[in-house]
Amino acid sequence: MPPVQAIIAKELRSYFVSPIVYVVGGVFLLTFGFLAYLYIVFTGAQAIQLMQMQGGTAQINLNDLVFRNLFASMRFVLLLILPILTMRLLAEERKLRTFEFLMTAPVRVSEIIVGKFISVYLVFIGMLLLTTLVPLTLALFSDFDWYPVLTGYLGMTLLGGFFLAVGLFASSITENQIVAAFTSFGLLLMCWLLAGLGSLLGDTPAGHVVSYLSFMEHFDHLVRGLVDTKDLVYYVSGTVLMLFLAHRVVDSSRWK
Amino acid sequence: MIEVRNITKRYGHLTAIDRVTFRVEKGEVLAFLGPNGAGKTTTMRILTSFIPATEGTAQVAGFDCADQPDEVKKRIGYLPETPPVYQELTVSEYLAFVGKLRGLSGADLTAGMNRVVERLSLGSVRHRLIANLSRGYRQRVGLAQALIHDPPVLILDEPTVGLDPKQIIEIRELIKSLAGSHSVILSTHILPEATAVCQRVVIINGGRIVAEDTPDQLSARLRRSEKISVTLKAPPANVLERFRTVAGVEHVMTTPDPRTILIECALGRDIREEVARYAVGQDWGLLEMKPVAMTLEDVFLRLTQREDGLSKTDDTTESERY
Repeated sequence: MPPVQAIIAKELRSYFVSPIVYVVGGVFLLTFGFLAYLYIVFTGAQAIQLMQMQGGTAQINLNDLVFRNLFASMRFVLLLILPILTMRLLAEERKLRTFEFLMTAPVRVSEIIVGKFISVYLVFIGMLLLTTLVPLTLALFSDFDWYPVLTGYLGMTLLGGFFLAVGLFASSITENQIVAAFTSFGLLLMCWLLAGLGSLLGDTPAGHVVSYLSFMEHFDHLVRGLVDTKDLVYYVSGTVLMLFLAHRVVDSSRWK
Repeated sequence: MIEVRNITKRYGHLTAIDRVTFRVEKGEVLAFLGPNGAGKTTTMRILTSFIPATEGTAQVAGFDCADQPDEVKKRIGYLPETPPVYQELTVSEYLAFVGKLRGLSGADLTAGMNRVVERLSLGSVRHRLIANLSRGYRQRVGLAQALIHDPPVLILDEPTVGLDPKQIIEIRELIKSLAGSHSVILSTHILPEATAVCQRVVIINGGRIVAEDTPDQLSARLRRSEKISVTLKAPPANVLERFRTVAGVEHVMTTPDPRTILIECALGRDIREEVARYAVGQDWGLLEMKPVAMTLEDVFLRLTQREDGLSKTDDTTESERY
């Protein structure tokens, strides 16, 4: 599909010419690094305490004390940062009147949506790859289990894809980028709070359904190293659903 | 090449265009002339499959704009009102992107890019960011975008807006050179532009086609007169002859309503006072008197008046004719 490639190349170019990627990427990496530093320092302090109490060497589990906390914190950071990456995707086209050009070019709406999603996903994955410097550096000085770290990264990749798809949908319904960003914040926060509602409802069918709809517990499983098909299906189907909705919105805008 | 039959577009209660019908033959350049808000852009959006018509059919190269949009889009080059450029790209990056969306690649793409860059004299700005270009250059980049795949049908929405006089003449020459090999529809609210480059002119006003003809015949049809419509309670049988005796009246005509009479006088004269005094003096019961709004002449008048302000920037031979 050459049009999709052309759209991906153009979007990537637009991202890297504008300051958005540098600012968003910078804040993301800074937050990741700083949080990692904090958890490592806390863990170090705990280790010293343990050694003083028990004497000899203490066994510290970096997976539990550093990575699980780090990934859990990143959920919130991603929720704040990714809508900024996606807000321009379709809203800007409408604002700058290039939307009409795209819609009158011999390109399918699905190709536009998929091209734009892949481009922003590539940007996000690039940012994520840079954060692997943290576990790689830690691996030089300590021992930890790589498996939950990798599943944690898988979780971040899936969660990020879902957030980006929500953001792309939000960007499709407006020509105002701020509105797009806040719509995706709102949708993602609601989705987050479903977890609270789920635990309130407790062990009832409704409670299980509501909890399933939130991205929280699915992410926790992956961070703990549990790869369950149910969780993968949740993220992939959620992402596809949001892309489908964005497709419908863009397609229907011609009929107004 | 383009066939439009009875298309109507409604937005809720607002009718943007009303039963518009026209056709464009292969190699013909047609001007869509009308004041702002007449429905020109709506018609063009329907032809480019951007929006569907509420009623009626539009076909481009034998393909229906609503049912076969993919086939239609492939055959059209479209310049919307605002040139659809991405400011963060350079001119060549932008043209390459457009070419790839249009399915060009490799040598075809390079050839297409070189051709439009040369035709629109974009060579000197090829590697500059579009954000840093002037309005005139952006307009030309927009035109280059519409031409890169050498489409058989070109739809240009106000292609010379924002250009300086020299550029306007260049673009008009370019459009003229496309005639014969391409079917072109261009919209404009400038009368001399329509007469300068087009073989046929469609005048649209308030969503309806009010005239369609060659530029020469249209100007022949333009009567230099003003009309007022007079409604009388009790017109006598010989009312037409009687009104002709009033000073300044040139023609008197009947209308479908027997009580209403159309009175014509020379352009720029106002004879309403004389007509009213006469009608009252004869005790015919003057019920209503009003200038007739927006006939073909009025549309023409509005278009020519617009041009008066611009005529200094235009090729004078054209504006002198009107």
